Amino acid sequence: MKARRVGTGVAALALVLAGCGGATVESGSSGGSGSGGDCGTVNMAVNPWVGFEADVAVVKYVAEKELGCTVNTKDLTEEVSWQGFASGEIDVIMEDWGHPDLEKQYVDEQKVATKVGETGNVGQIGWFVPPWMAEKYPDITDWKNLNKYASQFKTSESGGKGQVLDGDPSYVTNDEALVKNLDLDYKVVYAGSEAALITAFRQAEEKKTPLLGYFYTPQWFLSEVPLVKVDLPAYEEGCDADPEKVDCDYPETPLLKFARTEFITSDSPAAKLVKNFSWTNDDQNLVAKYIAEDKLDYDDAAKKWVDANQAKVDAWIK
Amino acid sequence: MTVLPLSRAAVTKPGRGRIIAAVLVAFVVLAAVFRGRDTLGLVPSDTTALHRRLNDLNHWVSSNRNESPIFLYFFNEIRAFVDALTTLFQNLISQPGFGRPVPVIGWLGVVAIFALVALAFAGVRVALLLAVGFVFIGMQGLWEESMDTLALTLSAVLLALVIGIPLGIWAGLNDRASAVVTPVLDFLQTMPTFVYLAPFTLLFLIGPASATLVTLVYALPPAVRYTAHGIRSVPRSSVEASESLGSTSFQRLTGVLLPMSRRTIVLGLNQTIMAALSMATVAALIDAPGLGKTILKSLQTLDVGVSFNAGLAIVVMAILLDRLTTAISRSKTRRPSRLRLPVLAVSGVLTVFAVYLSRTYLWAAEFPTTLGATDINIGNDIARISGNAAEWVTLHFSDLTGQLKDSTTTLLIDPVQTLLVESPWWLVAALVLSLAFLLGDLRTTVISAFCVAGLIGSGLWQDSMTTLAATLIATAATMLLGVVFGVWMARSRRADLAIRPVLDALQVMPPFVYLVPFLALFAASRFTAILAAVLYAAPVAIKVVADGITAVSATTVEAATASGSSAGQIIWKVQLPMARQALVLAANQGICYVLAMIVVGGLVGAGALGYDVVAGFSQGELFGKGLTAGFAIVILGILLNRITQAAAERRRGA
Repeated sequence: MKARRVGTGVAALALVLAGCGGATVESGSSGGSGSGGDCGTVNMAVNPWVGFEADVAVVKYVAEKELGCTVNTKDLTEEVSWQGFASGEIDVIMEDWGHPDLEKQYVDEQKVATKVGETGNVGQIGWFVPPWMAEKYPDITDWKNLNKYASQFKTSESGGKGQVLDGDPSYVTNDEALVKNLDLDYKVVYAGSEAALITAFRQAEEKKTPLLGYFYTPQWFLSEVPLVKVDLPAYEEGCDADPEKVDCDYPETPLLKFARTEFITSDSPAAKLVKNFSWTNDDQNLVAKYIAEDKLDYDDAAKKWVDANQAKVDAWIK
Repeated sequence: MTVLPLSRAAVTKPGRGRIIAAVLVAFVVLAAVFRGRDTLGLVPSDTTALHRRLNDLNHWVSSNRNESPIFLYFFNEIRAFVDALTTLFQNLISQPGFGRPVPVIGWLGVVAIFALVALAFAGVRVALLLAVGFVFIGMQGLWEESMDTLALTLSAVLLALVIGIPLGIWAGLNDRASAVVTPVLDFLQTMPTFVYLAPFTLLFLIGPASATLVTLVYALPPAVRYTAHGIRSVPRSSVEASESLGSTSFQRLTGVLLPMSRRTIVLGLNQTIMAALSMATVAALIDAPGLGKTILKSLQTLDVGVSFNAGLAIVVMAILLDRLTTAISRSKTRRPSRLRLPVLAVSGVLTVFAVYLSRTYLWAAEFPTTLGATDINIGNDIARISGNAAEWVTLHFSDLTGQLKDSTTTLLIDPVQTLLVESPWWLVAALVLSLAFLLGDLRTTVISAFCVAGLIGSGLWQDSMTTLAATLIATAATMLLGVVFGVWMARSRRADLAIRPVLDALQVMPPFVYLVPFLALFAASRFTAILAAVLYAAPVAIKVVADGITAVSATTVEAATASGSSAGQIIWKVQLPMARQALVLAANQGICYVLAMIVVGGLVGAGALGYDVVAGFSQGELFGKGLTAGFAIVILGILLNRITQAAAERRRGA
C-alpha cells in the first residue's frame, strides 16, 4: 500500500508540473552555437597550472562570445596534449615552456603540429625561498651559500640533506642535475603539483619555516606571497644543452603557442584569434588570480578582464 | 615486516620459527656490515638501455598508427567499438545526441528508471533511496558530470561482466583454468592504474574509448575473482547431492552452483562497480569525461571544497549502486506480496510518462538550479563549508600532524627502508629467497627467484626496494585495520551498519580529493603516501574479513560459547582460524590495492617507482622507464602474494 501511495503522489506532482508547461526541448535551445555558425568546434588543451588556464579562459571566452565558436577544454598534461595533435583531439596548446623533443616529433617529423608564435609571456623557472628567509638571511639568494643553509632545509624526506621541493613530475626541470653538478648538499623531492607547491610556500611563509623550492613566473601566487629567487650560476647559451651536465640557471623562455596544422591553416576565425593572441605577464597573472584566488569560473574571470581590455581583444580579432 | 602477519604460522612449527628468526637476525647483522655496497642505485633522470628501447617503440607506434595493419584491423577496431558503446550511453543520459539539444533521457527519466528497477528487484525503500540520492546529486549542481561518469562506469562494468563472469565460472570449475587466470588477474590488479594510462593512450589515443578501456581493465579482476571464489565455496555436499540425482554439468551449474554462489558473485559486482567508479576519476587524466575532470581542475586551484563536492557525488552514486545491487542479491528470499504486480504496472506506466516528460520539456531534461524563486543548488554551500573545515583543520593541527609524521618516519619508515635500500642486492635477494623457502616451498622459491631477477633486470632495483618498504608498512597497517574492524563488524550488526557506508565512501572517494588536505597536514612525504595507500586498501580488507567471519557457522560459535570460551578466545581460537581463507584473500587484495595506490604516492613526495611511473606518463624521454617501473610494481605484487599465499597453504597442510 505504501508503495502505491508514493507512486500516486509522484504522478500527481508530475502532472502538476507538466501542466505548468515550460519550454519544450524543441523550442528552447541549450548549447548550440551563436551567430557566426562558420567557426565550428575548437578543442583546447588545459595543462596543469593556473597561468595556462588564464590563457584558455580568455581565448575561450572571446571565441565563444565574439566569434560564435564552440570551445571544448580538456585537462591534460603537456605530453598527452601533444599526442592530441596526432589524434585530432586537440587543436591548440596555448602555453608551451619548451619541449624540443616533442617539437621534433610532431612538428618536424609527423607535421601534424605547427608553431604559431609567442604568447607575449616570458617564463622564468627558478629556485625560490619565502620572503621571510630572504629578509633574515640576505646572502641566501646566492647559490654559493646554499650549502651553508642545507641543514635548515632538512625534512623527513631528504635523508639528512637539504630539500629542494619540486612540483609536478611533468614540469620542465633540471634540478636533479643541478644538485649534482653544483655539488649541493641537497635532495630533490617532488610535491606532485602546482597546488602542493603553493600550499608548501604559503605554510612556510605563515609559520616562518624554511623552504627551498622550484617555482616560476608568470604566476599569480607571487602577488600573494612575493617569493624571492635564488640566483644560480648565470645562464649562458648552450649551458643546458646536455640534460645531465646542466650547471646553470634556467633561461628566460618566451612562451609559445602550438596548434594542430589542419586547424591553424583552416580559415576558422578561431585560428586567426589563436594566431593573434598576445598579452603580458601582468595580464595573465591578473586573470590567473581571478581563477585561483577569487574562485571565479573561466567565463566570469575572462569577462572581467576582457571588459577592461576591449582594445587588446579587438586587435586579436580584427 | 613480511613475517609479522605470519608469525603465528611460524609459532606452530617451533623449528621453522626459530630458523626464520635466525635468518632475520643474520640479515640485520650482515646489512649493517655491508651497508651501502652494491645497492644498484639509479638517479631519477637516468635511463637504461631497456628503457630507451621502449621509448623507440613509443615513437614507432605514434608514427605508424594509421598505416600498420595491427592498428588498422585490431586496435583501431576495438577503439571504434568501445567508443561507440560509451558514446551511446552518453547520448542516452549525459550528452546531447541523436540530433537533439539534450540527452535522450533527461534527469527525470533517469531518476524514474532507476527507481523502477529498484522497486522491481529491491523494494520500496531502496527505490526511494535511489530517487532521493539522484536528486541530491542534481542539486549539487553536478548532474551532467555525474551522468558522464555513470555512462563511462556502466559501459566499463557491462564489458567487465560480459568478459568476467564466464571467465570466473571457468576458473571456478577448472583448476587448470584457475592456475592460468589467477596470475593474469594479479597482474591486472597490481599494475597501477597510472601505468595503464601511457600504453593505453599510445594504443587507443586519448578520449572516452581509452578511458573506458582502462576502467574496464581495472574493474575486471573482482568480477572474475569473486565469481570463481563463489563457485569454489559451494559446499561439496550440495554438489554431490546434485550429482547423485544425475544432473548434467550444465544443470549443476545453473541449478546449484550459480544460485548458491549468487551472494559472492554480487559482492564481486559491487567491487567491480566500486573499482570502475574510482578508476573513472583517474581516467580524467586522459580526457575521460565526468566528475574526474571537476576534481582534477579544482586540485590545480587548490579548491578543496569543489573537489569535495565532486567527490561526494561519486560517493553518493557508489552508495546508491551498492544498495541496489546488494538488495537485488537478497531479493529472492522475500515472499512477493499480492500487490507487487499492480504496483509494478502502475510504476511502469509512470516511468514511461516521466521519460516522455524528460524528452519533451526542458525542465525535466536539464536539472534545474531553481524551483520557482528558490535556489535549490546546494553544491556551492557544500563546497564552501568543506573548504572552510579543511582550512580550519589544517590551521590547528598541522603542527601536531607534522610531529606524527616525523616520528613515524624516524622510528618506522626510515629503518625499514634503510634495511632494504642500503643493503647489497645479493643480501636482500638471499633474504627473500630463504623466506620464500621457509614459509613456502621449492616452487615458491623458484618463482621468487624469477621475480628478484626481474627487478634487477628492470634497472630499478633501488627504487623497487624503497617501494617495497612502503608497501610492507602499508600492508601491515591495512591487515591490522582489516582484522580489528572486520571482527568488530562481524560481531556487531550495529557496527556493521555504521561502518559500511564509511568504507564505501573511502573506497570510491577519489584519492585526489584527500591529497590536498593531506599535503597540508603531512607535507609531501612518504608518510602521506603510505597513509593514502592504507586508507585506500583497508576498506577492501575489512569487508573481506568481515564477510569471512560472518560466514563462520553459527553452530560452531555457539558450541564454543556453550563450552565457556570468552569472546577473545572465540575470536582467536575459532573465528579467525576458520576464516583463514578470507584472511588470505584480504591480505592478497590488501597488497594489490596498496600497490595500486603506491603510484599516487609518487605525486605526493614518496618518489621511487611511483614517481617513475608518473614521470613516465608525462615525459616522453621517460616513457620506457615509467613502463618498466610499472612492471616492477607488478613483480613486487606477485612476489608478496606468492609468499603469503604459500605460507597460508603450508599452514593449512600442517
